Amino acid sequence: MTTTSRPRQLLRLATAGSVDDGKSTLIGRLLHDTGSLPTDHLEAVTNADGQADLAALSDGLRAEREQGITIDVAYRFFSTPTRSFVLADTPGHERYTRNMFTGASNTHVAVLLVDARTGVLRQTRRHARIADLLGVPHLVAVVNKIDLVDFDETRFKEVESELGLLAQRLGGRDLTVIPVSATRGDNVVTRSDSTPWYTGPTLLAYLEAVELAAPSAVASELRLPIQWVARPTDHQRRRYTGRLSAGTLSVGDEVLVLPAGSRSTVTALDTLDPHRAVAVAPLSVSFELADDVDVARGDLVVSAATNATAPVPAREIDATVCWLSETPLRAGDRVALKHTSRTVRATVQELHTRLDPETLEEHDSPSELALNDIGRITLRTSTVVLADPYATNRDAGAFILIDEQSNDTVGAGTVSDTREVVPGEQTRHDIKWHPSSLKRDRRWSATGQRGATIWLTGLPASGKSTVAVALERTLVDAGRTAYLLDGDNVRHGISDDLGFSPGDRAENIRRVGHLTRLFADAGVVAIASMVSPLRSDRAIARALNEAADLPFLEIHVSTPVDECERRDPKGLYARARAGELRGLTGIDAPYEAPENPDLAFDTTGADLDDLVARILTELARHEGLQA
Amino acid sequence: MTAAPHADTDAHVDELRALEAEAVHIIREVVAELERPVLLFSAGKDSIVLLRLAEKAFRPSPLPFPVLHVDTGHNFPEVIDFRDHRLAEDGHRLIVASVQESIDKGRVTETGGPGTSRNRLQTRTLLDALEEHRFDAAFGGARRDEERARAKERVLSFRDEFGQWDPRSQRPEPWSLYNGRIRRGEQVRVFPLSNWTELDIWRYVELEKLALPSIYFAHERQVFERDGILLGLSEYTLPTESELVQRLRVRYRTVGDLTITGAVRSDADDVAGVIEEIAAATVSERGETRADDRTSVAAMEDRKREGYF
Repeated sequence: MTTTSRPRQLLRLATAGSVDDGKSTLIGRLLHDTGSLPTDHLEAVTNADGQADLAALSDGLRAEREQGITIDVAYRFFSTPTRSFVLADTPGHERYTRNMFTGASNTHVAVLLVDARTGVLRQTRRHARIADLLGVPHLVAVVNKIDLVDFDETRFKEVESELGLLAQRLGGRDLTVIPVSATRGDNVVTRSDSTPWYTGPTLLAYLEAVELAAPSAVASELRLPIQWVARPTDHQRRRYTGRLSAGTLSVGDEVLVLPAGSRSTVTALDTLDPHRAVAVAPLSVSFELADDVDVARGDLVVSAATNATAPVPAREIDATVCWLSETPLRAGDRVALKHTSRTVRATVQELHTRLDPETLEEHDSPSELALNDIGRITLRTSTVVLADPYATNRDAGAFILIDEQSNDTVGAGTVSDTREVVPGEQTRHDIKWHPSSLKRDRRWSATGQRGATIWLTGLPASGKSTVAVALERTLVDAGRTAYLLDGDNVRHGISDDLGFSPGDRAENIRRVGHLTRLFADAGVVAIASMVSPLRSDRAIARALNEAADLPFLEIHVSTPVDECERRDPKGLYARARAGELRGLTGIDAPYEAPENPDLAFDTTGADLDDLVARILTELARHEGLQA
Repeated sequence: MTAAPHADTDAHVDELRALEAEAVHIIREVVAELERPVLLFSAGKDSIVLLRLAEKAFRPSPLPFPVLHVDTGHNFPEVIDFRDHRLAEDGHRLIVASVQESIDKGRVTETGGPGTSRNRLQTRTLLDALEEHRFDAAFGGARRDEERARAKERVLSFRDEFGQWDPRSQRPEPWSLYNGRIRRGEQVRVFPLSNWTELDIWRYVELEKLALPSIYFAHERQVFERDGILLGLSEYTLPTESELVQRLRVRYRTVGDLTITGAVRSDADDVAGVIEEIAAATVSERGETRADDRTSVAAMEDRKREGYF
């Protein structure tokens, strides 16, 4: 009954090492000697002579038994009075390194196996590097088959110093080394009489004593990614769920919801445990907030305390990845990135290094990362990611990469650094603007066309597109090249990866800003018809054009919201009022009118030709100024 | 490396609560990422724990998915009673997929004779039910400690459009990042209890004071021994002339098709008693009571490849 009354800790461990180092035998030995191996399981691997093949216990698949290798992670369980253990038996075979990665990702201890006869091998180094990369807190090396070198202390010391060198190369990690014979059971659970020169712990003693650091339980360090939102009914408030990766949460706590930045207070909290009022990592919770703020899956709840630190809303991520796919990873590739409960699109900006598994040396600027390669890369995401460095928080700093065509998980990585990218201001050292051999004047005079941008901003259904279409036609009829960049059309192609969050809207405007600059430079009158609700976003589009000495007209179509809602050709307002559409500009999202537009008009009762004429007059005035 | 185990302070989470938090996280991820989940429920202890975790994951809202029982037709009556009461009480929607119906429709063929079971036939019935209701995710109560092929399972087990499992092309599953993306017609089987052991299940039953069908606790029953398994006497399990029927005090470690599920001799008539027995048991749950896994070394692997959960 002791097992039921005492709270015990769960320790997760993974084994690693080359093929034939004896991992499976070691696990069989651990299970057997801790009394965790049912007799029927033992019988199943015992031959007619009564010899048990402990290695066969883990090889659960037909192909594994046939080939005598471990293909996939097998999970095994054993327990002692103080701890229960979940053991990931990970494959040694190089082809299945990705499974070692999976098995070791959330473990506390990595058990590295080394054959006493061969010493440290390529695969040993690779696995140690992966364990290190994964931030596995504790590394223990088991020098196995010590019986096959006659329990020779000198040989053990040799291997021990090889391992010491390896630990040094991993940044001076602490590494416990234990001489073991898994087949005979020396120093696994029972101390061996054959190694009197060894005074350290047995493997089990080590596993029972190793200290488990809990995730941060400092209230201000809260990290709670939202997983799922329960829709409210008449009797219920909106309820949010998620799993803490750091910090604490309790009723009365003030929190911030990122990336929106809304602030509220926790009014109800379910930790699933009736005896626990304060949630800590890694508990899963559900909670309610005092205010009806917008919270969605993928948002991050952090503490609103004054001393709290929140992750930056990053668009660029420096990371170390393990590539898990047969198709190599190259710069420019697009992938889906899943981080906590948020999945975003990402582009591989740059491959910085590739790790040589043999020498553990990093090679700069590789052309690709192949299957099982580990490298450092920079990713650019289509919308913000709220990540912590992996060294600070294993859950908030880890991600997987998914191929959008096959849906396969093709990469796994850890975040080392994140950057907020201010649109239009990022500096890139690896790319240069390639100048055309033609000067703009030469181009414009040869075609008789001068470029400019006319940017129409205003509420949905304010009449922007109607004016824009008439303007385009009038310009073309007059012999000028003009082209309409409509907000909806842009979202069909150039911005089809973007949604309507503030970050995505800003990115959309930035892209259209760049497009108008290219069009105008070519001698086209670019007409952008975009709601573009925020001043800061429009300022970026203007700055891009003006920096290139191109005329930019900001025109405010200032039709009042009542009139827009009355028109409602796409039924947007009706849907917003019915609660089916969130974040409609003018209803539940802000519209910031231009402070100094080049022109402003209300389309209510206005004459279309008159409006077009006013724009053309303004354009001519700008061009006059330009000339 | 000196530290003694930590006390259950606020910062340290007890192993059962850690397993609970992990399972709830998995259940919520799948509900958020997939369209039409369903929970497989046999009224056995694992699925009772799984149902409880799902209820906790969404309370006070009702379960956002229905419950599916693949009924072999060879049931312990106590279990079916329990199933109906447990689900009705909490207002869950139950769908029953019947192996008997699959046989009647000619989807599967039953081979007769003693020692045969409907376990293998369940796979077809399960796949048909998933297809009929267009379920794309099925929660199951399988644990990795049960059996060697089970120990190889991912938490989210990807299945092709035929429901088949390919152990060589499983998706890597690092950290707690589960990839639930599938194409139309494909499915995932989801095992939130992957990291639980039989003992964890019983200790959670105790912690949460969960009700179980009465056959889990010691009671007197007419049984006979076949191939080392104690089978209960029923209309589907009749002894041959050489098999002796005895009245013994027994309980069941698993609930399954009664033609293949064996009883164990026991005096444990409450949860605490059962925990004590299991903690000291030297034979595994399946080894002691499930005849179907003994037919070949790779019986479970083969059934999983075909689409069994």
